[in-house]
Amino acid sequence: MAVEKMSIAKALNESLRLALDTDPKVLIMGEDVGKLGGVFRITDGLQKDFGEGRVIDTPLAESGIVGTAIGLALRGYRPIVEIQFDGFVFPAYDQIVTQLAKMHARALGKIKMPVVVRIPYGGGIGAVEHHSESPEALFAHVAGLKVVSPSNASDAYWMMQQAVQSDDPIIFFEPKRRYWDKGEVDTESIPGPLHKASVARTGSDLTLVAYGPMVKVCLEAAAAAQEEGKSVEVLDLRSMSPIDFDTIQTSVEKTGRLVVVHEAPVFYGSGAEIAARITERCFYHLEAPVLRVGGYHVPYPPARLEDEYLPGLDRVLDAVDRSLAY
Amino acid sequence: MTVESTAARKPRRSSKRTSAAKTPQSSEPQLVQLLTPEGERVEHPDYQIDLTADELRGLYRDMVLTRRFDAEATALQRQGELGLWASLLGQEAAQIGSGRALRDDDYVFPTYREHGVAWCRGVDPTNLLGMFRGVNHGGWDPNTNNFHLYTIVIGSQTLHATGYAMGVAKDGADSAVIAYFGDGASSQGDVAESFTFSAVYNAPVVFFCQNNQWAISEPTERQTRVPLYQRAQGYGFPGVRVDGNDVLACLAVTRSALERARRGEGPTLVEAFTYRMGAHTTSDDPTKYRADEERAAWEAKDPILRLRTYLEKQKLADSAFFTALDEESETLGKRVREAVRAMPDPDPMAIFEHGYADGSSLVDEERAQFAAYQASFADSAEEGN
Repeated sequence: MAVEKMSIAKALNESLRLALDTDPKVLIMGEDVGKLGGVFRITDGLQKDFGEGRVIDTPLAESGIVGTAIGLALRGYRPIVEIQFDGFVFPAYDQIVTQLAKMHARALGKIKMPVVVRIPYGGGIGAVEHHSESPEALFAHVAGLKVVSPSNASDAYWMMQQAVQSDDPIIFFEPKRRYWDKGEVDTESIPGPLHKASVARTGSDLTLVAYGPMVKVCLEAAAAAQEEGKSVEVLDLRSMSPIDFDTIQTSVEKTGRLVVVHEAPVFYGSGAEIAARITERCFYHLEAPVLRVGGYHVPYPPARLEDEYLPGLDRVLDAVDRSLAY
Repeated sequence: MTVESTAARKPRRSSKRTSAAKTPQSSEPQLVQLLTPEGERVEHPDYQIDLTADELRGLYRDMVLTRRFDAEATALQRQGELGLWASLLGQEAAQIGSGRALRDDDYVFPTYREHGVAWCRGVDPTNLLGMFRGVNHGGWDPNTNNFHLYTIVIGSQTLHATGYAMGVAKDGADSAVIAYFGDGASSQGDVAESFTFSAVYNAPVVFFCQNNQWAISEPTERQTRVPLYQRAQGYGFPGVRVDGNDVLACLAVTRSALERARRGEGPTLVEAFTYRMGAHTTSDDPTKYRADEERAAWEAKDPILRLRTYLEKQKLADSAFFTALDEESETLGKRVREAVRAMPDPDPMAIFEHGYADGSSLVDEERAQFAAYQASFADSAEEGN
């Protein structure tokens, strides 16, 4: 049977296993990825089956992890590195931005950088500081990087395969509070391209765009709106760089209204980019200004307050109402 | 080799504290040396070298041509042909000595001043000028000569070298990798992390630190309280300090470190104790931060002069050799000058090339917009006619 029901965590684990099995040049590197199988167990059992030479426990040094992965890529390997949590990526930010992102251009295309940087991101798990952030816009803003985030098990499985096969560096954000959500994965049917958005629910009155952890919230919001007689379409962006504006445009031309939802602060966030481009593309189709729902311009709050900070069902529905009121 | 560190001791609250703050480097350092500044051959118990007259002349030629190339590039910057130049003046022995120790299958990770190492690798020197002229950010294929692109961010490349070396070990190859960096870079976290990773994974990498005494205007004393080669001790691999103005010692010490790496014995830190005779780059003014006497003292240790003295004293090179080399230098200078002046600005559309290996819809969209914008000028020019 090709179709299996599994959690996002399991889908990622199976996908990494397949990648290691398929290509001997694929390596997994990171803190605690070996014996422990990662703090979220995404790499569970992989070192046991593929050895310490393929699944490499590293020193506690994020810049070192990404910097040596770059060197391994130059030698012909395809490293998948794990950054343990979102807030820990910044020691490696220099290597990612000044080196990983630019190496291909610097060499006028003569070398490739097939490196995947996996980052469990986002809040909602009651963690301490630096364990709940959504820094995706900081990476999406950097030319040379591609930034993606799956929202369900099938995408987790297949997007990881596509990321590993890409010759460009991919920042792969994993929605950590969805790790245990289950979904069906067809391990034989290859889905569409990595950087294409998908329609998670069809509707005709308004378009909600989200990615990663917020797709589930938006689907719940659309279901709740349906009960009030509002037909909401939900797009799963899947890729934050590049962004599939065509799919958003098609939807907005139909609905005339757009609300973008993400956990990251609204200010300078992905929603700003989507709002600006869609306003350019769809000005005469829009019935209301593009609205955004997201985090505030404050440090991520302590866990007891994160429910106030994170966009929930009510905040999304409120934005839906505001848009429809124009 | 001593590993005792004065800085590791507790500072004493005494009137001597100010003088104690001076690093051990201010005293005459212990160096591996095979050729004295006076051009005398000396022996070292751990590092022997036996070169033919041809090989010695070859090293001399490499240093002379590298210095000529460097002088030409500096002049081209002054003439406005290059936006910037990072001169290697004074560091020829460190670069040629270490560069000539390498095998073809070894891999080099340079900073942005390794023009002499590039020369040893067979990289056409005119290739090095593109980034300084502003027509590209490097542009050569690193795999053609196993010479990676120049890296501007200080110390980043030491991690790339370490990762590459980890790959070499995985492949079961007996190649070695060498990472160049400066005394300023030794303060960077990436260099420390590369020491950690290379030691932990026993990577076949040689860290070649050219301590040229100055990181722009900051002296080595602002980077470290212990001699830099001693850093290696804390990571569990050997460190050695070599006279960086002695091409023979640089060759012997690097060769030994590379052989150690090939044998699977892991990394070595080589500190080449040398001096940057010119400015950090053509943008700074060393007269503002260092004394003329200091440069004069180092001029007496000139790497090229001392080998020439040795060659002449030992009658290993005659005047015909030096005359021919002078002519070769002038030819090189002329070739470099002409090549730079002939270097075209890239096509504006090239901005959109090579951002991504697999392409990007965002770049495609912006490329199309830019092309249409460019084309609008052509249209209006036609209308004007």
